[in-house]
Amino acid sequence: MSNLTREETEALIAEVLEVYPDKAKKDRAKHLAVNDQSIEQSKKCITSNRKSLPGVMTIRGCAYAGSRGVVWGPIKDMIHISHGPVGCGQYSRAGRRNYYIGTTGVNTFVTMNFTSDFQEKDIVFGGDKKLAKIITEIEELFPLVKGISVQSECPIGLIGDDIEAVSKKASAAINKPVVPVRCEGFRGVSQSLGHHIANDAIRDWVLDVKKEDTSFVPSPYDVTVIGDYNIGGDAWSSRILLEEMGLRVIAQWSGDGSLAEMELTPKAKLNLLHCYRSMNYISRHMEEKYGIPWMEYNFFGPTKIAESLRKIAAFFDESIQKKCEEVIAKYQPMVDAVVAKYKPRLTGKRVMLYVGGLRPRHVIGSYEDLGMEVVGTGYEFAHGDDYDRTIKEMGNATLLYDDVTGFEFEEFVKKVKPDLIGSGIKEKYIFQKMGIPFRQMHSWDYSGPYHGYDGFAIFARDMDMTLNNPCWNKLIPPWKKPAAEGEDMAKAA
Amino acid sequence: MALRQCAIYGKGGIGKSTTTQNLVAALAEAGKKVMIVGCDPKADSTRLILHAKAQNTIMHLAAEAGSVEDLELEDVLKVGYGDIKCVESGGPEPGVGCAGRGVITAINFLEEEGAYEEDLDFVFYDVLGDVVCGGFAMPIRENKAQEIYIVVSGEMMAMYAANNIAKGIVKYANSGGVRLAGLICNSRNTAREDELITELATKLGSHMIHFIPRDNEVQRAEIRRMTVIEYNPQAKQADEYRALAQKVMNNKNLVIPTPITMDELEEVMMSFGILEEEDESIVGKTAAQLAAEAAA
Repeated sequence: MSNLTREETEALIAEVLEVYPDKAKKDRAKHLAVNDQSIEQSKKCITSNRKSLPGVMTIRGCAYAGSRGVVWGPIKDMIHISHGPVGCGQYSRAGRRNYYIGTTGVNTFVTMNFTSDFQEKDIVFGGDKKLAKIITEIEELFPLVKGISVQSECPIGLIGDDIEAVSKKASAAINKPVVPVRCEGFRGVSQSLGHHIANDAIRDWVLDVKKEDTSFVPSPYDVTVIGDYNIGGDAWSSRILLEEMGLRVIAQWSGDGSLAEMELTPKAKLNLLHCYRSMNYISRHMEEKYGIPWMEYNFFGPTKIAESLRKIAAFFDESIQKKCEEVIAKYQPMVDAVVAKYKPRLTGKRVMLYVGGLRPRHVIGSYEDLGMEVVGTGYEFAHGDDYDRTIKEMGNATLLYDDVTGFEFEEFVKKVKPDLIGSGIKEKYIFQKMGIPFRQMHSWDYSGPYHGYDGFAIFARDMDMTLNNPCWNKLIPPWKKPAAEGEDMAKAA
Repeated sequence: MALRQCAIYGKGGIGKSTTTQNLVAALAEAGKKVMIVGCDPKADSTRLILHAKAQNTIMHLAAEAGSVEDLELEDVLKVGYGDIKCVESGGPEPGVGCAGRGVITAINFLEEEGAYEEDLDFVFYDVLGDVVCGGFAMPIRENKAQEIYIVVSGEMMAMYAANNIAKGIVKYANSGGVRLAGLICNSRNTAREDELITELATKLGSHMIHFIPRDNEVQRAEIRRMTVIEYNPQAKQADEYRALAQKVMNNKNLVIPTPITMDELEEVMMSFGILEEEDESIVGKTAAQLAAEAAA
């Protein structure tokens, strides 16, 4: 099916909105738009970061998910206590595939679940004493832990547990940072506020700790990787490129990251920001407070990688710029081979995306490098500045959908008929059952990494494997196939 | 006689617990089987019946035992004067945790353990002063207290509180069977107090079920952790509580209250001289400003 015109896309949005009651229709209309590259500011075409409507199936998470799950969770040598009833921590345990190096349960703890497991009595009498005891026990059982964070679940905000007081006291007792985070799930409209709260907690409780520490010897090429959660090893395949061009990566935030790396970040020369949405706050703070500039980059697909590497190199001296070109040249044969192999199999295929922080715009380049086109994209929890950055990446007359509802997404897919959908686990089986190839683009569908040149090769293989899988031809049973084809099969048999 | 469940509300410090226990003692004296459920973390709703400082509460015992499921009814239920059964929900000390959840948990426990199934005539819930959250409205939800008595005096804030409680009752009255059963005036010896409370009760669509005069005999009994009924059955004040008990037993006046607006309430107070006419010209002016104006 060929691409829709602007008028057709507008008509599609109107058609999908038709079933809503007037009030819901009015609200949802603001979140759906037809892309127009000539628009400078997204606020002229799309509304975002608003409360989801009751009754629709939203795909969003909560503030606790944004803090515990995204920002703090991957910091590997800290223990993150899910403070509250057991479910929030247990059902999100190890689900994000933040890879890390270490011995789990000894010096790293990412895939473990620590919780205060609230009971009735903890609600009624408060959980502060229990929290203090847990911290003492953690220190006894896991002496190599470098620090502790307290991630508040909803009841903590309701009963007013003074986690700050407990944290301060406990921190003095065990002589390690204990960070209280007020990320109660009911705060804000999505996980986005959780990112912000988590960033603020790092600002207030982590960054200034090593201010007087002179043991760190800086170099002129110290950079950090901010907003890479090392899903399936993403940060590793990014980091090697920076190192090969002569930069020293002194911190990874927060995939495979450590507390010490975070504490040292204010000594960096440049902060490199991948997931803008979840960590722009701390990047801006470090710029204001320590004068460290920050730069957004995109390591999805060779075009964007080369563009980003050159942009990063331009910040440094000629030696780095020279090595940057060498790195790009070194990987070019590999890129050519990947493109030669997969592009013919994927060219012209159309993709619809619906993901979280940066991917709805960052992965577009990867698809385009393989001759594919992204015809619709949207974010769960974006703000206006994300859509500002998206408009330029998407073609004219393509679909933009913010906090899309289950109904809208299905209807759009039925009409647009994409060849591939990239979204989350909740969407996966619905679309697969509709007969549409699907990739889980939060956890890379148990694959990855997708960042960097190495990641691109895996990305291309995965998309081909999914899209051109023979199973998609088997969805129509023989008796429902057109007669001619059925006869062919009979002959073949 | 079918079980009647009553809840006592009113401004903090108005004398709810004292009134409830004296009333309950009078009912027991008249041969009724009664249970008191204290719904206040302070746990002082049963001390006059049990001659105790504060009985062990459901929530404290649950916390010691591990969870509320580990408790048995006999652990929490104490029997005092006149075979009155006493339980306290209990809760945290001020400033931590969630006292409202404590009330919910405790009442659920009593229901599950069948505390109400025995041969009881009355259950009285003595609830913390202000209905600060959903937990303290627990006693008036479906299938619990159907009759609400509000303890009030002729003081301004007590009447504000009574009107606010009436608003809360309306909410639950519309979805369930809870009704306002009357205002109990616990006198503070303010001027024309009985007329004032009768007027307020009429405005609320209810009645002043009894006027309890102020009498130091109540305090003398309290020092001994006793009700007047038990401490000095011959006292005039004991007869007042007996009169209240009789009225409660025979009370048929159960209504969905008609809470009044702030303006109406202030009008009532003004007509009795409790509140003076507001002078809008002085609002927001400091003493110095007013002095300067007076001088000019």
